[in-house]
Amino acid sequence: MTGPSEFRVDPDVDLRVPADRRELPAHPAAVLGVIAAGGVLGALARAGLQAAFPHPPTGFPWATFGINVAGCLLIGALMAVLTARPAGPLVRPFLGVGVLGGFTTFSTYAVDAQRAIAAGAPGTALAYLAATLAGALLAVWAGDAVAARLLARARGGADR
Amino acid sequence: MTVLLIALGAAVGAPLRYLTDRAVQARHASPFPWGTLTVNVAGSLVLGAVAALPTSPAVTALVGTGFCGALTTWSTLGYETVRLHREGRRGHALANALVSIAAGLGAATGGYALAHAVTG
Repeated sequence: MTGPSEFRVDPDVDLRVPADRRELPAHPAAVLGVIAAGGVLGALARAGLQAAFPHPPTGFPWATFGINVAGCLLIGALMAVLTARPAGPLVRPFLGVGVLGGFTTFSTYAVDAQRAIAAGAPGTALAYLAATLAGALLAVWAGDAVAARLLARARGGADR
Repeated sequence: MTVLLIALGAAVGAPLRYLTDRAVQARHASPFPWGTLTVNVAGSLVLGAVAALPTSPAVTALVGTGFCGALTTWSTLGYETVRLHREGRRGHALANALVSIAAGLGAATGGYALAHAVTG
């Protein structure tokens, strides 16, 4: 994650990154189109997993927890790869903004926690809120670290 | 049918997150990710209201699972928080995580209460 002069914070779009500033004016239909398409794929995968692993109002939302942590692992890895090996202008919009942004969800996280509190399970709500935060941050870090190691190994192999 | 409604909602929600993020960032110079906070809080408010209303499964799929689900994001929030920390902005990173969670929970509760008040 050692970036060049433009240090990216926001993986969706960061206007301090020149390429991000230019992408929408340059290809508005393509950028918004691939974000929409990726968002549909991510949302359908999320809905499928949530339907397969339902939870009661007082229960721990394991499906959404797993979705959000997995999405964080993948965004960490994706951004590490794209920083080391810049790809086409639609790759980050499609995979990062669309697929992973559509796959993970914050609104369901907040509402599930609120409903657990309302249903008389504040302990479950607190555990869920904290576990998702810790899991998400560790996952971003791990995704970045693993991708960076694989990229370094690939570079080492190419040098030999 | 449910699949189509989720797809339709997500096809609007994901690009709206990107456009909102750009619009919010264009209005300030702070490294704090206000754009992502905006979509996450707004989506939590709407989903809180949807959860309180006696809505049909079709509305839940379109507005809840599709639109709110794709408008809001944990992957972006998680990445931003790690990056702010790595950039040396520890206070921003901590604030981003805690304010997002507190404001999201508040918005979900507010949306729920508002929908109840309106429908009686």
